[in-house]
Amino acid sequence: MQPGVLMHELSIVSSVLDQLDEIRKQQPAGTRFSKVGLRVGELAGVDIDCLRFGFECVVKETAWEQLALEIEEVPRRQRCPACGEEFRAENWATACPKCGEESTELIAGEELQIAFVEVDE
Amino acid sequence: MSQILVEKKVLNENQKLASELREKFREHRILVVNIISSPGSGKTTLLERTLERLDKSRRIVVLTGDLQTENDAKRLAQWGFPVKQIITGGTCHLDARMIEKHLAEWPLETIDLLIIENVGNLVCPSSYDLGEHFKIVMLSVTEGEDKPLKYPSIFVKSELMILSKVDLLPYVPFSAELAKKNARSVHPGIEIIETSSKGDGLAAWMEWLDAKLAAVKRGELVSA
Repeated sequence: MQPGVLMHELSIVSSVLDQLDEIRKQQPAGTRFSKVGLRVGELAGVDIDCLRFGFECVVKETAWEQLALEIEEVPRRQRCPACGEEFRAENWATACPKCGEESTELIAGEELQIAFVEVDE
Repeated sequence: MSQILVEKKVLNENQKLASELREKFREHRILVVNIISSPGSGKTTLLERTLERLDKSRRIVVLTGDLQTENDAKRLAQWGFPVKQIITGGTCHLDARMIEKHLAEWPLETIDLLIIENVGNLVCPSSYDLGEHFKIVMLSVTEGEDKPLKYPSIFVKSELMILSKVDLLPYVPFSAELAKKNARSVHPGIEIIETSSKGDGLAAWMEWLDAKLAAVKRGELVSA
């Protein structure tokens, strides 16, 4: 693992926690979050193992220690402008598997989103 | 247990700032390019060769990012254009806040082109929108041809790939054709220019920049 790579995932974790802080302020006092769900595309430039490890490091011994992390990995998908076929771009092959059109459009895989938080009740 | 749907980008704060920057760049018709590569691919050298060829009346500024030292800014400043170093102090990428902060002292109405030289890293800079029109990825022939397959994110997001140090091709086991094929397999529409510090491809690169500058001036080029 390159140190620079983990550094990147740490800054992503702190962006997530900053946003959760903001969301919590809009909830009734004393609200606790038990889980956060992230959506990470394969083109997001994020290493999932680093992200999990960085998350554990950052929440440890803080108010977020009990927060679980769920990650949905989103594969790269393409749409063919010629025939409308939508397909998973396996091994970076982006030509349409149905009609052979070479220039297809990226429709998924760049996500780096907070999908949900679960409230502890 | 209940669930709150959030559906927000993780880098929401950066995205907001980048959108504000983009709006300013649009208003002042400034072309902004964000150059990204591994350390040592030749970003600073390309910029030196670019700046030395440009007429000093051109309204061009450069922001250059590194973890430490002002070395790159010193190298680039000798060509007479305003250059500012962004020292990230360890952070592996530039973010929109750093750009906003370092641009603050320059009156935007006096700028036509902002060149951002990102921190040498093919991973993290690809996640951070800086409000630029184009990301440009640079790959040198002393690296592996499979870089586009190993780091697809940045190749997918870049409009242009600069294949640098092509004067070394006779001496290194590197297939330019394979590197280009790999880049096109992850991003079929990517433009490619081959350059070297000896001057190869610089005319094509300058033409590329001038065409984009003209489009921004005409208000035709608006970045998303």
